[in-house]
Amino acid sequence: MIGSGPIVIGQAAEFDYAGTQACKALREEGVETVLVNSNPATIMTDQGIADHVYIEPLTVEVLERIIERERPDGLLPTLGGQTGLNLAVDLADAGVLERYDVRLLGTPLETIRRSEDRDFFRTFLHEIGEPEPENISVNSMAEAREAAARMGLPLVIRPAYTLGGSGGGIATTEEELEAIAQSGLAASPISQILLERSLVGWKEIEYEVVRDGADNCITVCNMENLDPMGVHTGDSIVVAPSQTLTDKEYQMLRTASLKIIRGLGIEGGCNVQFALQPHPSVAEVIGLEWREDSPYYVIEVNPRVSRSSALASKATGYPIARVAAKIAVGRRLDEIDNAVTGRTKAAFEPALDYCVIKIPRWPFDKFPHGDRRTTTQMKATGEIMVIDRSFEAAIQKGARSLELGGRTLLWEDPAWRADPLSAGRDGGVSAAGDGVAGDAPARGGVELPLGPNDMRLWGIMAALRRGWSVGQLVERTLFEPWFIIALGRIVKMERRLLAEELTPDLLYQSKRLGFSDVQIGTLADMLPEQVRNLRRQWGFRPVYKTVDTCAAEFDAVTPYYYSTYDEENEAPPLEGEKALVIGSGPIRIGQGIEFDYCSVHAAIALSEAGVRSIMVNSNPETVSTDFDSSDRLYFEPLDEESVRDIIENEMGDNGDGRPPAALVQFGGQTAIDLSQSLSQAGMPILGSSAEAIDIASDRHKFEDFLSSLGIPQPPGAAVTSVGEALQVAQTIGYPAVVRPSYVLGGRAMEIVQNATELIRYLTAATEMSPDKPVLIDRYMEGKECEVDAICDGEGILIPGVMEHVERAGVHSGDSMAIYPGLNLTESEVDTIVDYTSRIGLALGVRGLMNVQFVIHGGAAYRSPMSPPSMSDQAGASQGGGGATTVYVLEVNPRGSRTIPFISKVTGVPVARLATRVMLGHTLAEEGYPTGLWPRQGLVGVKAPVFSMAKLVGVDWHLGPEMKSTGEVMGIDRDFPAALTKALLAARLNLREGIGVLLSIADQHKAEAVALIQGLNRAGCRLYATEGTAAMIEAMGLPVIMTTKKLSEGHPNVVDVINDGSVGAVINTITGVSAVLRDGFHIRRAAVERQIPCFTSLDTARAAVESMLAGHSAYRIGTTRDYLSRG
Amino acid sequence: MPNEAYLVLEDGSAHRGYWFGAAGDAVGEVVFNTTMTGYQEVLTDPSYAGQLVTLTYPLVGNYGINGVDFESRRIQVSGLIVREHCDTPSHGSSERTIHEFLESQGIPGISGVDTRAITRRLRSQGVMMGVIAADPGVGLARLEGAPSYDDLDHVRSVTTAEGYDWGRAVGGDGAQNGAERPLRVLVTDCGLKYNILRELTRRGCEVRVVPADTTAEELLSLEPSGVLLSPGPGDPKLLDYVVENARRILGRTPVMGICLGHQIVARALGAETFKLKFGHRGGNHPVRDLSDGRVYITAQNHGYAVRADSLPPGLDVSHINLNDDTVEGLTHRELPVFTIQYHSEASPGPRDNEYLFDRFLRMMEDFRG
Repeated sequence: MIGSGPIVIGQAAEFDYAGTQACKALREEGVETVLVNSNPATIMTDQGIADHVYIEPLTVEVLERIIERERPDGLLPTLGGQTGLNLAVDLADAGVLERYDVRLLGTPLETIRRSEDRDFFRTFLHEIGEPEPENISVNSMAEAREAAARMGLPLVIRPAYTLGGSGGGIATTEEELEAIAQSGLAASPISQILLERSLVGWKEIEYEVVRDGADNCITVCNMENLDPMGVHTGDSIVVAPSQTLTDKEYQMLRTASLKIIRGLGIEGGCNVQFALQPHPSVAEVIGLEWREDSPYYVIEVNPRVSRSSALASKATGYPIARVAAKIAVGRRLDEIDNAVTGRTKAAFEPALDYCVIKIPRWPFDKFPHGDRRTTTQMKATGEIMVIDRSFEAAIQKGARSLELGGRTLLWEDPAWRADPLSAGRDGGVSAAGDGVAGDAPARGGVELPLGPNDMRLWGIMAALRRGWSVGQLVERTLFEPWFIIALGRIVKMERRLLAEELTPDLLYQSKRLGFSDVQIGTLADMLPEQVRNLRRQWGFRPVYKTVDTCAAEFDAVTPYYYSTYDEENEAPPLEGEKALVIGSGPIRIGQGIEFDYCSVHAAIALSEAGVRSIMVNSNPETVSTDFDSSDRLYFEPLDEESVRDIIENEMGDNGDGRPPAALVQFGGQTAIDLSQSLSQAGMPILGSSAEAIDIASDRHKFEDFLSSLGIPQPPGAAVTSVGEALQVAQTIGYPAVVRPSYVLGGRAMEIVQNATELIRYLTAATEMSPDKPVLIDRYMEGKECEVDAICDGEGILIPGVMEHVERAGVHSGDSMAIYPGLNLTESEVDTIVDYTSRIGLALGVRGLMNVQFVIHGGAAYRSPMSPPSMSDQAGASQGGGGATTVYVLEVNPRGSRTIPFISKVTGVPVARLATRVMLGHTLAEEGYPTGLWPRQGLVGVKAPVFSMAKLVGVDWHLGPEMKSTGEVMGIDRDFPAALTKALLAARLNLREGIGVLLSIADQHKAEAVALIQGLNRAGCRLYATEGTAAMIEAMGLPVIMTTKKLSEGHPNVVDVINDGSVGAVINTITGVSAVLRDGFHIRRAAVERQIPCFTSLDTARAAVESMLAGHSAYRIGTTRDYLSRG
Repeated sequence: MPNEAYLVLEDGSAHRGYWFGAAGDAVGEVVFNTTMTGYQEVLTDPSYAGQLVTLTYPLVGNYGINGVDFESRRIQVSGLIVREHCDTPSHGSSERTIHEFLESQGIPGISGVDTRAITRRLRSQGVMMGVIAADPGVGLARLEGAPSYDDLDHVRSVTTAEGYDWGRAVGGDGAQNGAERPLRVLVTDCGLKYNILRELTRRGCEVRVVPADTTAEELLSLEPSGVLLSPGPGDPKLLDYVVENARRILGRTPVMGICLGHQIVARALGAETFKLKFGHRGGNHPVRDLSDGRVYITAQNHGYAVRADSLPPGLDVSHINLNDDTVEGLTHRELPVFTIQYHSEASPGPRDNEYLFDRFLRMMEDFRG
């Protein structure tokens, strides 16, 4: 089985879910599984899921070596996303499958090629008589221009063989055609793009289909996108089942789906996307003549398990990946049990008796200046799903589930209030996104964001409040009117809540429409707690209904629940001892799959300890929301109201039972944020107390706490005004690190060089968290390290110390991390262990804790390779020479994103052990010592992976703000091999003899000498911008000067990147914004060409050292191989 | 505010909601249907005569009522039970709301009730009589005086009074091409759905519909190429007059039986039928074709089934339900007859089983020689 590798936009946690389910399913079938995935933050790569787990780079060479070693009978690539399919094609093309007699399971090779190659696909659809929009595949710009001239604009451009539609878009002008076609050709591994008649505004409908080897076919469910055609389905709000299709239309598309999966010969799951004629009022806007016979087109087929199938699985309870895996090894649908009912078979079609909504989670809270328009290229990092018995309730719960700073559907951008009725006719969000950015100045008559963008749902709500008609909104949004009308019902209720007395009837009706206590409180002028009290007084509590695949026709054994306001509750309190695991919600930058990994382990550990686990989460892509990951699953928003309601439900109807304790350490900031409110409500928290959490999170308290222990931290303070900030900065000196308190993923953290930058930052940041102070710390350059630790109240276990390749200033989530700390002196390690132990014990931590350190003094970059020629900077590079000081940067009293990595390289099941400790077991009882766990005979390197190609207009450089979406791990016996693997897996490896473009900031030039010499030794052709070229010339090395001024002649920096002259870019930056602007084009071009781009000298040096050490000297092994000594 | 209404069940439970459709009480057997689309087809399906239909999908009426998706001339259900009905439908073909449709034909509905709770009750206790009424006490009293669904011959109330031709053959894309004269199918109307007639004419057949009590002699005198015994409501035990005529045509002309028609053929050949606990109503039931092991997703709507252990020699089970192993189809070793318990005409539901009409056409052609 091939996994999907690191999490990137368009290929996320859904494939861990699919792969994990498949491994379990294959085990049930008695099939021995070999799994390869480069992503350590996955459940599928845990011991015990597959029989043989390889955390190795996903390349043909590596896979061939594994195949040679393991000699599998079959290859199952359909559960590893497009990565899996592409590798299967590559392995077949390289003759590997034939050489080792490996049978391709699931989807025939020909079909994989067909569905991605548009020419084949068009022929296929023609053969089976299914309609496809007029289109043509082209392989060059010349062909693209010629085709566009013939077909006319607008055209949809789709690159062949890419994830999440990367490099695609809709071209409405000649200029857009040029730009999008160019990037599309570059994005496609076979340099092919499809130009297609634009169906913008048509309904977008999807079907999930499953077929077995006996040609039995079923559809699992269909889905209707609120955002009509023109927006990638991954960026669309989606409802399941379809709401506005007649049975004739539903069945017409269902029949077409079955025809397609049969025609393609897929044995397993498949996703088919259709464009269906829109409502007449939309048709009129787009100039389409409405017809009685509901014309449609087939838009896309994914011959594999996909994000949509994960969604469909969670939406229906039908485990598509499990069924697909069983089918791949020869089972028939009627031989596979329906695990939900326990008595029926997988050969049926789920019947839903509820409404499911998915809303994407975009990263624009972190990239407010990125292009926020949603197009055919996916930009969301994650998604949430909600279930309720009405559309209105579901979409309201959906807004809450996004965790956008407590934002409900009531939220409006303050800028929209400027001139409520003058919203213009065209536009929506402009290209720069400044119509929706929180810090944009309020212009007169700011337009509501009604075009395709991340804020559209709120824009529509705002427009409805301002009296826009359904017709006007349909004209602007091209939404099916039904959805606008439904949103209008929410606005009507808002008006009633504003105007009327809050009677029991009104309160109940508003709860039925999904209004939260917070919303009702806002509108009825009460505190949320008062609304809650009224609900208690009047007896209004949500009931919980089961997701059972069959609309209650059969008894379900799967405890999978959602809340609604209705008559009958199907979830009586679980019997016996039990605890809640608070999940981590949608995947976003800074809070990724790692936290789901922890949540799953917590649930397993609870069950193992005889405590029944209750999972609460809102993310459909993950393993934690699989029905067999816990004893009971509540699919709910992770906010105070939902979690308290669930806890009360578990207390029993009369509410006098004991509330189950909640585990808040595993679900990232989402869960930890709930600790204070749960505690205030008298609900118990397992492990570290809410007070300990508060001390670690509150700057003042934490400062006092650390100094009472005599542990140094960089000087700094928490401030609440600009004046105070300037004063503090003056005292501690620049550069300074500024950030809001209570953060995750370094959200809005910046390094400021002077007072001007500090003021600019503060004016923007106060908007973000009005009631929380801003933290200012002295920026200390130095080596960064971190540890995760488990504390039982008496002792503390540190599984390992991780050192970062990049110096302090780069967010730890974006740093490469090495285990064990190869370049740390014994005394530095001792200090780290000592500080960690003292902090943990003094804070009273029970469970997990993550501590980040900076080692100041000595060399910031220490080469683990330490070849003499590379360590000539700053004297003693091994850190032993100069006196160094270890400072504590931060303490997080919860599981961190490094838990999966450190668990895998040390063999310590960190999350599970922590859970047992939280239940009251001691480390000794569990058989673990305290102190630092013995160093393993291996080296692990974790490398971040970015999705920047998908985010147009977003600058990419390493800094204190986290930007990566995923990670990979290289593991081997020695550092060079582990590093090489990490670079390979992260696609950051350099090849000898390539062209490298250098643009080095003045302050780094001296340090860059060794690196440049190394590149030269490796036969790399050096390209450089003006200043850097002068420096290289002065070193006596050949260099090609390219200008960074794009307007001044050719070849400029972008030319040499785009024409393929250079295969990597090294562009270091300082914090100065002018320099950032200059380098923007260089970095964007590199990102779009998908070549390695290094913005930290430290990462670049590691890559050069790896290249010089020779790439091929790595081993191949299972994680168990590496962990076993000798 | 809409008027409060209650669904009162035979077991004494009362479920509060509010009226929509026509004002007035409605009594009937309460059943549930799990299909997610196709409420217009369900409402107009005569097999629901005498029943209060609970739709398990909570949002009903979203795409309105159109002029096309009728399965008979009028609404056939006695009442409709939904979680939420839509008064603001949105579809290009919509002509009116479901409320207006019900109201225009005097059929009451209740909205806002916990349909899932009701469904779970029916699933565990079996289908039962119920009433939609303004007051629980009045409703219960009304229920006590009402005749049981099982005791009524509902076919008599839904069958056509007079025979009629269903248009002419329309060319079609079926097995008919090149045939000298079109196949002429008689459909006995026990409560047929129009889509059966559409499927036959689409295949080039000439179709004539006759009343359920048409005698065997009358049927045969019309010299049909075959007879299709239609679906319909109620207990086949009450339909001896139809069963007797069916017995007398078997072997003399090809026969296809659908749903109630299947039960009638089974009874005509001596098999027994029984009432299911809560029936099969929906569009997702898996059926295995025993001849090749293949599984088909089917549309179903029946409260009675044929007892597998009661089949006479010569009559074989051809299809079974994968969920509960009940009989879903029959073939006969000598006679030109086959039957299915489910709905090959779909509407609503999956269209995977339309091929069975082709099978019927082949049977008629073979018989004609």
